[in-house]
Amino acid sequence: MNNRTVEIGVGLFVALGLAALFMLAMQVSNLGTFISPDDSYVLEAGFENIGGLKVRSPVTVSGVRVGRVAAIDYDDEAFEAVVTLRIKSSYDSFPEDTSASIFTAGLLGEQYIALEPGGSMDNLVDGDRLQLTQSALVMEQIIGQFLYSTSAAKSEE
Amino acid sequence: MLDALQGLGKTTLGFFQRLGRGHLFLLDIFATIPGVLLRPRLILAQLYAVGVLTLLIILVSGLFVGMVMGLQGYNTLVDFGAEDSLGVMVALSLVRELGPVVAALLFAGRAGSALTAEIGLMKATEQLAGMEMMAVDPIQRVVTPRFLAAFISMPLLAVIFSAVGIYGGYFVGVDLLGVDDGAFWAQMQDKVDLQGDIYNGVIKSIVFGFVAGWIALFEGYDATPTAAGVSRATTRTVVHTSLAVLGLDFVLTALMFGE
Repeated sequence: MNNRTVEIGVGLFVALGLAALFMLAMQVSNLGTFISPDDSYVLEAGFENIGGLKVRSPVTVSGVRVGRVAAIDYDDEAFEAVVTLRIKSSYDSFPEDTSASIFTAGLLGEQYIALEPGGSMDNLVDGDRLQLTQSALVMEQIIGQFLYSTSAAKSEE
Repeated sequence: MLDALQGLGKTTLGFFQRLGRGHLFLLDIFATIPGVLLRPRLILAQLYAVGVLTLLIILVSGLFVGMVMGLQGYNTLVDFGAEDSLGVMVALSLVRELGPVVAALLFAGRAGSALTAEIGLMKATEQLAGMEMMAVDPIQRVVTPRFLAAFISMPLLAVIFSAVGIYGGYFVGVDLLGVDDGAFWAQMQDKVDLQGDIYNGVIKSIVFGFVAGWIALFEGYDATPTAAGVSRATTRTVVHTSLAVLGLDFVLTALMFGE
């Protein structure tokens, strides 16, 4: 086994390893869907209850993903959760009265924010806060309401 | 009764003695790393022996592990109508667990045992003693280049294993079983995190490479210099490395993914 074989072999091995790492980074992980701060703007929305929403959850309009949740915080003066949305700058014409709702993908899927454009003539700009929001549906509350309404209906009979 | 107590004490002391010797050996390796880095040719030759020659078994195993994951995953997920998540399942299990762990186990069997046998035989034939006679430090000349080669090649082998496995899963899932091509990759890209999953997998494999190299070299260097001794040392390398890798994997997983 001469030197040349060893060198070519090691070179190929290292190149293959780096190519595999590159493939994992670009093709497999979410690096490709990462939104850079230069290419985006932020909106804020206050929710009474965010349910299972997480940082990096998708933000969609009509089912099309336009951004991601960048941060979730609690505002202890307004007593509500403040969600920061990072939206791609190519989607920059949302009316001022756009509303945000937290929905669940499928029955047991993850939660995401759906934006619903309103009818105002003025558009939202970087740093604006969405005024109309709808909280996440919490399963316990729904079951509680259901039980309450059935027992109320029974007692009326 | 006394004999039994005496034996117990001897075994315990022997265990701690070996443990201490192993760590002192590691310190010796660390001390000689700067000297070895000045002669990269030594590492290159070992990279070939340790990394390149292990590549084939890693490629083949990775492909088949990925294909089995694709097949098993599909059969389970299709019951829930969730076969689109096949890509996520294959990619996450490979990148987080199977890639680093199975690559390390294969590495212990293919490269670790070879390292132990080689060094053990060098010791049995008194080549290491001969080097010392010529004022050549056998740790610096023989052991450390092999240690660095194991340390460098293990992460590379693990990512190659994962990448090939994902393509194996893709082949079975998409080409043979008819999962949607776009959903396979899109769901994967949605759920696999570069830092949380891929970097942590690489960190795991770096730790495994360190441990596998250390155990293999120490067992060889510490082997009883007879034919039976070298054979025992080789067995111990494979057993101890496998146990250490699986145990460490649990600890690392708990540290990394246990929020």
